[in-house]
Amino acid sequence: MPVMTYLDAIRQGIWEEMERDPSVFLLGEDIGDYGGAFKVTAGMLKKFGAERVIDTPISESAIVGAAVGAALMGMRPVAEMQFMDFISCGFDQIVNMAAKIHYRWGAKVPLVIRGPSGAGVHGGPFHSQSNEMWFVHTPGLKVVVPATAYDAKGLIKAAIRDDNPVLYFEHKFLYRRIKDEVPEGDYTVPIGQARVAREGTDIAVITYGAMVWTALEAAEQLAKEGVSLEVVDLRSLLPYDEQAVLATVRKCNKVILLHEGTRTGGMAGELAALLAEKAFEDLDGPIVRITAPDTPVPFSPPLEEFFLPNAKKVAEAARKLAAY
Amino acid sequence: MPTNVIMPQMGESIVEGTVTKWIKKVGDRVERDEPLFEISTDKVDAEIPSPASGTLAKILVKENETVGVNTVVAVIDGEGVEKPAMAESVQTAKPAATAAAPTAPRPAPPAPAVARLSGKVRSSPLVRRIAREHSVDLALVPASGLGGRVSKKDILSYVAQAGPAAASPVAPAAPQVSPTPAAPRMVFTGPIETVAMTPMRRQIAEHMILSEHTSARVTTVFEVEMSRVSHLRTKSAAEFERRNGLKLTYTPFFVRAAVEAIKEFPIFNSSVEGTNIIYRRDVNIGIAVALETGLIVPVIKSADEKNFLGLARAVQDLAERARTKRLSVDDVQGGTFTITNPGVFGSLFGTPIINQPQVAILGVGIIEKRAVVRHDAIAIRPMVYLALTFDHRIIDGAVADQFMSRIKAVVENWDEPVL
Repeated sequence: MPVMTYLDAIRQGIWEEMERDPSVFLLGEDIGDYGGAFKVTAGMLKKFGAERVIDTPISESAIVGAAVGAALMGMRPVAEMQFMDFISCGFDQIVNMAAKIHYRWGAKVPLVIRGPSGAGVHGGPFHSQSNEMWFVHTPGLKVVVPATAYDAKGLIKAAIRDDNPVLYFEHKFLYRRIKDEVPEGDYTVPIGQARVAREGTDIAVITYGAMVWTALEAAEQLAKEGVSLEVVDLRSLLPYDEQAVLATVRKCNKVILLHEGTRTGGMAGELAALLAEKAFEDLDGPIVRITAPDTPVPFSPPLEEFFLPNAKKVAEAARKLAAY
Repeated sequence: MPTNVIMPQMGESIVEGTVTKWIKKVGDRVERDEPLFEISTDKVDAEIPSPASGTLAKILVKENETVGVNTVVAVIDGEGVEKPAMAESVQTAKPAATAAAPTAPRPAPPAPAVARLSGKVRSSPLVRRIAREHSVDLALVPASGLGGRVSKKDILSYVAQAGPAAASPVAPAAPQVSPTPAAPRMVFTGPIETVAMTPMRRQIAEHMILSEHTSARVTTVFEVEMSRVSHLRTKSAAEFERRNGLKLTYTPFFVRAAVEAIKEFPIFNSSVEGTNIIYRRDVNIGIAVALETGLIVPVIKSADEKNFLGLARAVQDLAERARTKRLSVDDVQGGTFTITNPGVFGSLFGTPIINQPQVAILGVGIIEKRAVVRHDAIAIRPMVYLALTFDHRIIDGAVADQFMSRIKAVVENWDEPVL
């Protein structure tokens, strides 16, 4: 099976969907000639032509608005945000239009908005945010966050084929840093299904995005110390896989909830509430959150390092929890 | 400052208790949490710890006297540093009460040990649940967690060591019978090998005993002719498999027959809770699957809403995933009626044990050709014995036999197309 980068897997997924379905088209800033700021759409203009790979003005509101309109008319637009931070300019179009239309009059909005999010590349406060939770709080949207190349391809395909607006959060730190096996040809990863990234017995680490790799690194360390971590990659945040979350906690009885986004109102808080409601009597220790603190992402590299969760922080918390 | 000692409420439904013994006499020095007196209630006998340190000033309720809960039974003269009397008595009475009366819809286990001391032991919700299920006094479990906390590891190894005595299952919701005396310890002579039960085996063991303690079971056996189904199966098996990629087995026929009978007799799709019969609106049929390591019962959800192909597919999918250990927790929960199939191992019929909290289970024996009498001649027909075990608490024999007659009629006069 070919090994490819996370970024190439996204490109291949979009490419195959463009070939498969003529109603799929792309729009975004500098996605044509330039191939996108991170080159996700490199080569697409030449292959599919300017009608299906549309360079837009620098206006996220216009990009999302046009995409919502096209989706209503039966197209399947894939809109790129150059950085997911800029999505706020199209916020109203997403949460008040795209997310509500199906509930209001039953129309489909088969729309994908994708782009790079996340920190770790010294991008500063406007190019590093993990802002997925803005949308997880909006019924009517779907939110996915692939961590592997395999899931990157499978989820972009599932997102494009989904009849609902799907926000597809790529992690820019992973673009060229990770590689894994990606089958040739067609497959999808179902939205709403988590994956056990590593089996373990003592502590469940539930996470997503780049933090899956952080959790795996910590698990590797702790295995040497005799503490077995199970790592669950949520893959989808809205809807999220409640059964998988409950299953891993019922198995391990202790849990760490890990994410790169800031703490208050984060996914970890939501999962903690679920566990308190449905798995109270399965808990053998406190529910532990490891997240970024409630601040913007700092520009200074040492501060950014302090801000982000890492394997060392996860390992320390896991040791404490194991001894609890 | 004097502290009132009250009769604690040892369970939600308990309204009074009897003081069986005063451990301290008037004038004795007593430490907070030290055993002060013993009580007996409908459900629990317990030792009650003192709510405060001080001197036992007054005993207001004598031994063998019965009073309502929250009645003041004694007064302790404190040392002036204690918190106000009300807060004290409430605080200390509560932990014992909650430990004995879990929020689960079961009555408190008839084990005084749990009520006695668990209020003082640091543990976790999981550990308290395991303690409740196994009637373990947490105070006796060696603790290895931070700050003397009893962890999951601690209680699991304690339960494993203590063996069946400590691992006796929780008493059922049925009327309380006097606890069975402990079986005399048997001593085998000669070489032996001791093998610990796997967790699955332990669960099965507990669940089976729980069932035997819960329902009043009766088994009725019907003989059913399989000619129509057998013929249909021979005729359609190849085409069915070609179209659907599924083997055409007998199981979905029996599932369908059971569903039809349940529709007519919904009592077979119910549960007993206390003195209520709970009719379950979903018809979720559990299928017992034998594994090398034990037995598991995955569930076909909403079996009444599936057509024949849907049932066949569900049966195959669940069996396949059971064998490859890919069942989810959800797959094995929510069953309302169970079908087991000892016939595949050659059994003529069995007397299956009810899968609690259900009230009936259908066992399918071996399907084989037998000599039967038809029109006063001996004929050869494919036959099967169907055994139904039902809970006589809520189902009488006549109803059970009507239910079985309905199943027999559906199978013998099968008219639903399978293709």
